[in-house]
Amino acid sequence: MLLINCPWCGERDQTEFTPHGEAHIARPLDPYALSEQEWGDYVFFRSNTKGIHYERWVHSHGCRRWFNAVRNTATDVIHATYKPGEPRPEISTEEPS
Amino acid sequence: MKKYSIFSLLRNSVNYHQDWQKNWRSPDPKPHYDVVIVGGGGHGLATAYYLAKECGVTNVAVIEKGWIGGGNTGRNTTIVRSNYLWDESAGIYEHAMKLWEGLSLDLNYNVMFSQRGLLHLAHSVHDMQEIGRRGNAIHLNGIDSEFVTPAQVKEMVPFINLNCRYPIMGALLQKRGGTARHDAVAWGYARKADDMGVDIIQNCEVTGFRIENNTVTGVDTTRGMIGAGKVGCVTAGHSGVLADMAGFRLPIESMPLQALVSEPIKPILDCVVMSGSVHAYISQSDKGELVIGAGTDNYNSYSQRGSFNIIEETVGPVIELYPIFSRMKMLRQWGGIVDVTVDRSPILSKTPVNNMYFNCGWGTGGFKATPGSGNVFAHSIARGEMHPIAEPFSIDRFNTGALIDEGAAAAVAH
Repeated sequence: MLLINCPWCGERDQTEFTPHGEAHIARPLDPYALSEQEWGDYVFFRSNTKGIHYERWVHSHGCRRWFNAVRNTATDVIHATYKPGEPRPEISTEEPS
Repeated sequence: MKKYSIFSLLRNSVNYHQDWQKNWRSPDPKPHYDVVIVGGGGHGLATAYYLAKECGVTNVAVIEKGWIGGGNTGRNTTIVRSNYLWDESAGIYEHAMKLWEGLSLDLNYNVMFSQRGLLHLAHSVHDMQEIGRRGNAIHLNGIDSEFVTPAQVKEMVPFINLNCRYPIMGALLQKRGGTARHDAVAWGYARKADDMGVDIIQNCEVTGFRIENNTVTGVDTTRGMIGAGKVGCVTAGHSGVLADMAGFRLPIESMPLQALVSEPIKPILDCVVMSGSVHAYISQSDKGELVIGAGTDNYNSYSQRGSFNIIEETVGPVIELYPIFSRMKMLRQWGGIVDVTVDRSPILSKTPVNNMYFNCGWGTGGFKATPGSGNVFAHSIARGEMHPIAEPFSIDRFNTGALIDEGAAAAVAH
């Protein structure tokens, strides 16, 4: 890792950024309609993937804007970063790290 | 199994130590076991030991991907304490503490448990209020803790810098707290469990589970399929990977946690000193090395590495508190993968799969609980019902909201 490519600012030191966990978890449209299990699953349960992981970061000591990253959690290699709302890039696990 | 004693030591010392027997066998896996424990760290081996010793279940295998005690059991900073805020935590950590106190005799193996005292420093009014609240809660649970003044801290650690950037205003002392030799804990449990018939199978990685009608019937491993009546998973940082194999998710994220040790020096620090506020944990091992615990990175990862800035943030407070250590050379630095839950309390629980149990989520502080965790987990697996001490740590608490929120209250900064 060490350097992270902020899609808004370009490459910056890792210490400028704060991670905020798994990305692409949609907030349920009607929380009141959910069972305890479904709500617990949304709030607390995570994939915790070993390998390709889509996650949210914020450039907290820079532009303070959010973005998503694709990182291999086994090697910490970041394969791509992209702005919120953009489609998630498909990353092959075969990709050299 | 030959008993270790002063006589065996004398006998072997005149024989150039040629006749020490192996501490455990290396059997081939049998086709079926009553209980298969996945993960040969301290907690897994303790589970197997108490299954054999207290529950009469001896047809047990412990399956380990690498070598026993080679994961977080061999990477932690060896601190043992039971000064937690909540009743549920006090229950399990104090249960462990009581087992620690007789463990070397029980195992006939010196785990070098040393109740040298553990100081938790307070650096602000908020810290003082926090140790006040927690100290009193600990008292009410019948566990020892004392409030000490900065002068008393100075008496215990004469070289500490009381007037550092965040001056020391007081501390909470647990005299029964201390350290134990982490490797010896794994080896002691393994030796005694093996003696009672438990098969310890190393270099055997679990690759999948056999599940029929939502009931686990066996585990696929790199050494073939092993049938199992019940399966207990005690795999720390890789719990999420195993849960994925079994088809469910956990409320856990795996993060790197680092630690470092210095070159060995003469005895200087005879207690454990921790400070959650500035994040400095330090003790001195019996070999003389200063053992320093760092914090976790804030991203999840399995890389067993951690970021460089964490090292700087760890060493900074240490030399501010102990200027005398500023020119010490650090000998080794390493990272392990810890399984962190959102409430910073562990999970000992049944799972959506019948006959499959998980013991995980110990996060940054599992070593201290090794005997207690193994003990109640063994009873839970044997009876098929969670032990009363383990009951509140069910995975279901993340659905019901009955969290055990040590994240804000424990002696460690998260």
